[in-house]
Amino acid sequence: MAQLLQLFIIIPLIGFLLSLAAPRKRERIISGIAISALSLHGLGVLAFSSYWLLKGYPLLDIKHVTLFQARDFEIFIDFFFDKTTAVFALVGALITFLVAVFSRYYLHREEGFKRFFNTLLFFYLGYNLIIFSGNFETLFIGWEILGISSFLLIAFYRDRFLPVKNGLKTISIYRFSDICLFLTMWLSHHFWHENITFIKLNDMELVQEQLRQHGSLAIAISIMILVAAAAKSAQLPFSSWLPRAMEGPTSSSAIFYGSLAAHIGVFLLLRTFPFWENIVMVKALVILIGLSTALIASSIAKVQSTVKTQIAYSSIAQIGIIFIEAALGFHLLALIHFAGNAFLRTYQLLVSPSVLSYLTHDQFFNFTPRAHKDGNTIFNKIRNSFYMLAVKEWNLDHLLYRFLWAPFKRAGKMLDFISGKTAYAFLIAAFAGGIFCFLLQESIPQALYRSLPIAFALLAALLVLKSFSERGDARRAWLLLASSQFFTGLAISLNAHVGFNQLAIYLSGTIVSAIAGYWCLTTLKSSEGNIDLDGYHGHAYEQPTLSFLFLLSCLGLLGFPITPSFIGIDILFSHIRQDQLVLIILASLSFVFIEISALRIYGRIFMGQHKKPYHAIAFRSS
Amino acid sequence: MKKDISNAFIKANDDSFIVLNDHQEGIAGNGKPGIAVKKEDLLFDEKQVLHELKHRLPSQTPLKDFVHHNSLHAYQRQKFYDAIFTASKIFGYQVTLQLTEYRELYKNGRIKKEVLEKIIIAKKGKDQLETWKEKLIAGNFDTLNVPRIGALRAEWKKQYQTDLDNLVQPLLFRILCHYLDQGIAIWKFPVGDGGFLDAIRSLEKKSFVSFFKTKRAKTLLFDGNCKIKDLLHILVGDESLYEQYLFDQQFGHQGWSGIISTVEDQPKSLLDQRKITLRELIIFELLLEIDALDYTLGSNWQPLSRQMSGPKTKLFAPVHQTELNEVFSLWQDAFEWSYYDEVLAGMALSNSSEKTPATGPSFQAMFCIDERECSLRRHLEAVDPDSETFGTPGFFSVEFYFQPENGKFYDKLCPQPVTPKYLIKEYDVKNKRKHELLYTHKSHTFFAGSLFTLTLGFWSAIRLFLNQFRPSMSPAISDAFAHMDKHSRLTVENKDPEDRENDLQIGFTVAEMTTRVESLLRGIGLTKNFAPIVYVIAHGSSSANNPHHGAHDCGACSGRPGSVNARVFAFMANHPRVREKLSAAGLVIPPETQFIGGLHDTASDQIAFFDEDILTGENREKHKKNVRAFDNALNLNAKERSRRFASINTKMPLRKIREAIRRRSVSLFEPRPELGHGTNTLCIVGPRSLTKGLFLDRRAFMNSYDYRTDPDGKLLLGIMKPLGPVCGGINLEYYFSRVDNHKLGAGTKLPHNVMGLIGVANSSDGDLRPGLPVQMIEVHDPVRLLVIVKHYPDIVLKTIQSAPDMYEWFINEWVWLTAIHPDTKEYFLFKEGGFHRYTPTAFSISPIEDINLTIESAAEMETNQIADATRENLPVYLIQ
Repeated sequence: MAQLLQLFIIIPLIGFLLSLAAPRKRERIISGIAISALSLHGLGVLAFSSYWLLKGYPLLDIKHVTLFQARDFEIFIDFFFDKTTAVFALVGALITFLVAVFSRYYLHREEGFKRFFNTLLFFYLGYNLIIFSGNFETLFIGWEILGISSFLLIAFYRDRFLPVKNGLKTISIYRFSDICLFLTMWLSHHFWHENITFIKLNDMELVQEQLRQHGSLAIAISIMILVAAAAKSAQLPFSSWLPRAMEGPTSSSAIFYGSLAAHIGVFLLLRTFPFWENIVMVKALVILIGLSTALIASSIAKVQSTVKTQIAYSSIAQIGIIFIEAALGFHLLALIHFAGNAFLRTYQLLVSPSVLSYLTHDQFFNFTPRAHKDGNTIFNKIRNSFYMLAVKEWNLDHLLYRFLWAPFKRAGKMLDFISGKTAYAFLIAAFAGGIFCFLLQESIPQALYRSLPIAFALLAALLVLKSFSERGDARRAWLLLASSQFFTGLAISLNAHVGFNQLAIYLSGTIVSAIAGYWCLTTLKSSEGNIDLDGYHGHAYEQPTLSFLFLLSCLGLLGFPITPSFIGIDILFSHIRQDQLVLIILASLSFVFIEISALRIYGRIFMGQHKKPYHAIAFRSS
Repeated sequence: MKKDISNAFIKANDDSFIVLNDHQEGIAGNGKPGIAVKKEDLLFDEKQVLHELKHRLPSQTPLKDFVHHNSLHAYQRQKFYDAIFTASKIFGYQVTLQLTEYRELYKNGRIKKEVLEKIIIAKKGKDQLETWKEKLIAGNFDTLNVPRIGALRAEWKKQYQTDLDNLVQPLLFRILCHYLDQGIAIWKFPVGDGGFLDAIRSLEKKSFVSFFKTKRAKTLLFDGNCKIKDLLHILVGDESLYEQYLFDQQFGHQGWSGIISTVEDQPKSLLDQRKITLRELIIFELLLEIDALDYTLGSNWQPLSRQMSGPKTKLFAPVHQTELNEVFSLWQDAFEWSYYDEVLAGMALSNSSEKTPATGPSFQAMFCIDERECSLRRHLEAVDPDSETFGTPGFFSVEFYFQPENGKFYDKLCPQPVTPKYLIKEYDVKNKRKHELLYTHKSHTFFAGSLFTLTLGFWSAIRLFLNQFRPSMSPAISDAFAHMDKHSRLTVENKDPEDRENDLQIGFTVAEMTTRVESLLRGIGLTKNFAPIVYVIAHGSSSANNPHHGAHDCGACSGRPGSVNARVFAFMANHPRVREKLSAAGLVIPPETQFIGGLHDTASDQIAFFDEDILTGENREKHKKNVRAFDNALNLNAKERSRRFASINTKMPLRKIREAIRRRSVSLFEPRPELGHGTNTLCIVGPRSLTKGLFLDRRAFMNSYDYRTDPDGKLLLGIMKPLGPVCGGINLEYYFSRVDNHKLGAGTKLPHNVMGLIGVANSSDGDLRPGLPVQMIEVHDPVRLLVIVKHYPDIVLKTIQSAPDMYEWFINEWVWLTAIHPDTKEYFLFKEGGFHRYTPTAFSISPIEDINLTIESAAEMETNQIADATRENLPVYLIQ
């Protein structure tokens, strides 16, 4: 029976690949593929769940395929099925199916019709990978797919400025969530000394035993899980990205930010619940985050004067309450609440354009002039203060920028002196020096040798940050990113014994992607001249194919699961010991910013308002 | 848009802003006429600059009322091409198709060679033909159009790497939207009575937090005396740049600035009124800019003019017309005349003499001049060849405010520029309005929200499922038939002049009724041969999930369904005392003739008739037969419309097509319930016989008019006066939304987010998007309106010259005008102030036997790029 679980990944995967191959202008074929795949999947899930219920709903687990095996270390894909999976799968299938049917008409003649259905199926693949995953590695793949598909749908109208800006904003938060999950994986390796499956988490005794031994590590893991969940479900302090993500067609906003994607944090909490249910502190923290989000998001929802942001904040508030339910162990309630919230918000978003006529009509018949409450009383002052805070969204957006991103941007800017040929010479020298040290490690003083990994990891991180704040030639930013990958590889090779094949896995995808990306940018530069990163160029308007190629290169470079590099990254991180705090921080920093920076290059060069105004171009503010 | 037209007259020529300033100084300045000022010395005059800004900002009202108007109304005092290219250079609008697009149209035959050559010869001379043809077809031109607007404010980024728009706009838009919000927010902005800045001050004073991050801006706000000039002194420094800075700033978000300017001028365009002025917006925005700069740069910044990287071109410095512009205008003319010539040639062939059936018409029906009724009239006449149809603006000459029962406000039901003095109230309503639980605000609060999600959440899944597979009418859908309850009663007749409400007379007196009925009937030439039943068919449009639904309703009724007008007119025309008075005036309507009002839903192709119970026994039988004719005609009309809808197979049985059309109008997922005024191109003022034998593909506004009943053109004035603002306004709004859907249109509908019930924006923090969405304009060929009038050219000339604001439309070529000489049947084209004999290119017009076959075999566009999209628009055919 567990064998069947793989089908629920394979169906959306095949659907996605078929939809990629479909001809761009044939709307019926494209939507037909999507709807068939989704209905097949939905019916399959329904049949499977019914059968499973009849069988007495056992926990199911299957190890699908081993991707990499070393002595003490194994990376494999694993699937799992329980009632949480069942509910998420059924709700997800129904909503995605309805949205696909809706979009078939709604997106008629839209320029990105095919792109939309590609991305929708890609999202659905990621969603199912997450909910059917049996271990963190599998879940992580889905997690990353969800992030990229989100970015692509938010920036769906790529010829305008705001969708691209908000797409990048969202992906930054998502990337933050990714790294937390990645660190969870890394810590778990050290915590369990094996690649832990979710089914084993249900083994109470095993978990209890481990918790007794490594209490603080368990807390660290739980907090990483919690942050990953909170960021992806727009809980405090990350809430402000969700209303800004409503940039795509209404139907994509409905499925992503009204319902499925926004609830994925809830899923993560439910899935890992057995692990943290006995750590009081973590439970309290989940409740605290949920409660404060519910309160603050409700207050913001109350003042919203645009219909989609109002729904976004109401949804966030309900997710906060679901977090509380999850922490308190009311999982059935949490699942019902999830389903109800997802359905309601999907519906509300899909009908949101109707409010104009409905509420205007309502106002026409029921309007009563509002009495203006005024006065200098303390009550009024408090009231006004809360009102203004809610209007300003409690400064969340500003604070996130100020504390999460601005420092790194400044750090990158401080490296502005690295430029020109000397910089490249320095990098090559440093890299050669590194390899030299690696080869001659016996003859180098131990103390020096031990500090080398940190030095090179630091260099790698700085290069990424420099690329992140680069305003000049895009190719320079790209080379910085590529070289940072090599320095990371070098740092870790110096840190522990890394097999050549492991390094090869890591670098294989990186090298190919780096070259491909560089080629794209050079081709573009030769035809367009300036490709500086100080503004948006929007070249996808004229060069959609090149744009797509460069996107693939970006994904390859940052270790997205389309090249073997993604396994390589996992392997490399496993060579960092749990006590190497500085090294892990530096490596994570590179890991976070490499994606943000690569997509920033992609966004600025290929997206946004087109640089050549011989045709109609949107206003920047629209 | 009366405002714009009347205002236009105190504005000077747009050729050069300097001229305008000098001119304005004389009439509208500070009361000291005739001061000679050298242009370099012109300093910042706040009043003047605000006036100019308001004139050029979009003037679309809040979306609940959609009134079409010329998107570039500010330039109407210039000739069409001068105007659009000037606007294009200054503001960056795309104002024609792209050069490559014209060339594609030429290649695929949509722009015809003969016409192109004719136009080049006419404008450039015969010897220049080959040179210019070569330029048009293959010349190399630099088509990049870098606008002047925004250049000055871009200095912030150059000098300080600071993106001021990013820092200011999101908060600014949000505060504006909260302030203007009509009913989305649960916790509303504490508005007060003192206006926008006053409300902000009051909030800032009585609160522990602030919208500002630094002190200086806040202090300036409380200074009370913060003038635009003083704030600009801090930000810009050099007074000669102030005006340009404000234009850059306000056109950085022309949607919001435009709506505020409109609300300032027409406070009643909001039901829940707000005091706000453009001046207040500018002051607040300048304060936020100072705040943002102080916050990010501390004290390390200076006014913008200190470190300018070179002089900027003055925004309104004269725009030199380039050779490329000339190429564009030749192409555009050729594009337009390729179609017009076909129409004129076809009309010459079909122009049959008027025949009335020997037994008199079986019934007569009046429709709105709206081009969407053009096909229904054709089908009706085909189904019942003895019937007669007429066209007249859909408010049927009765102008009033309408108050539905229990309504707290009045709806204006007449053209936007008219201010009625009458009120008609509805009473005895039988159908109560239903509510939609899923729209309630409760789902957005903390506790109720949880209960809602746990219960209604599942209900909404079912609702969604049902709407996908069995769409049906619901309270959330705007329903044209719900505008007035069919079974209610109306206060049409006024028996006591003292019967007034809010300065409006309730109902019309008999004398007032008579005037209106008489002027309408004489205007359309219906003065004899009355049929037993005369239908007065208004139109409206039902659609789901459509913030722009007002744009689909009747333009002559201020963007609302015209059902009340139809019913009111029928009541008046049936009134025995009105009939008496009409007879006395020589207009005899036989006693057995009855008028019946009705409403045609142009989206769902349904029809409803009002007050059918007044029909006499004999007429009741006739009516039954006529209803069947209407029904058949609507079936055929649905079929004709379905050819443009991908979701409907045009070859299905008629009933099924009609049902599919109805379902589209109630489907949440359908962004094109109908295509509105898309493809409108012609406006024909004359008898039906002019067009009866032609297939015009729903592209003509048709106003019935008989020159014989109006030899000296008295009635013609009344008919032609609104053609510019109404039909021309519709046509030009479609034109500009088509050629620049990004800057002058609303973009695609799909990401639209409803802002405060007043407009739509693309996302949470985007600018408002006035204009038409892409789904409405993709079938439209961007060509100007051609007005065709059947009357003696000198009478037509006299008529258009009699009102300067009407004349402007024609003399500046924003619409074309042709007269058909009633005796010789020759065409006369109006150009440069006079009528000149015009011979259309001799096209052969193909005859068709069966329109329905043509419709079934018509191509559907592959993409909405113009070269593809225009293939969907059928040529003119002669109907056999």
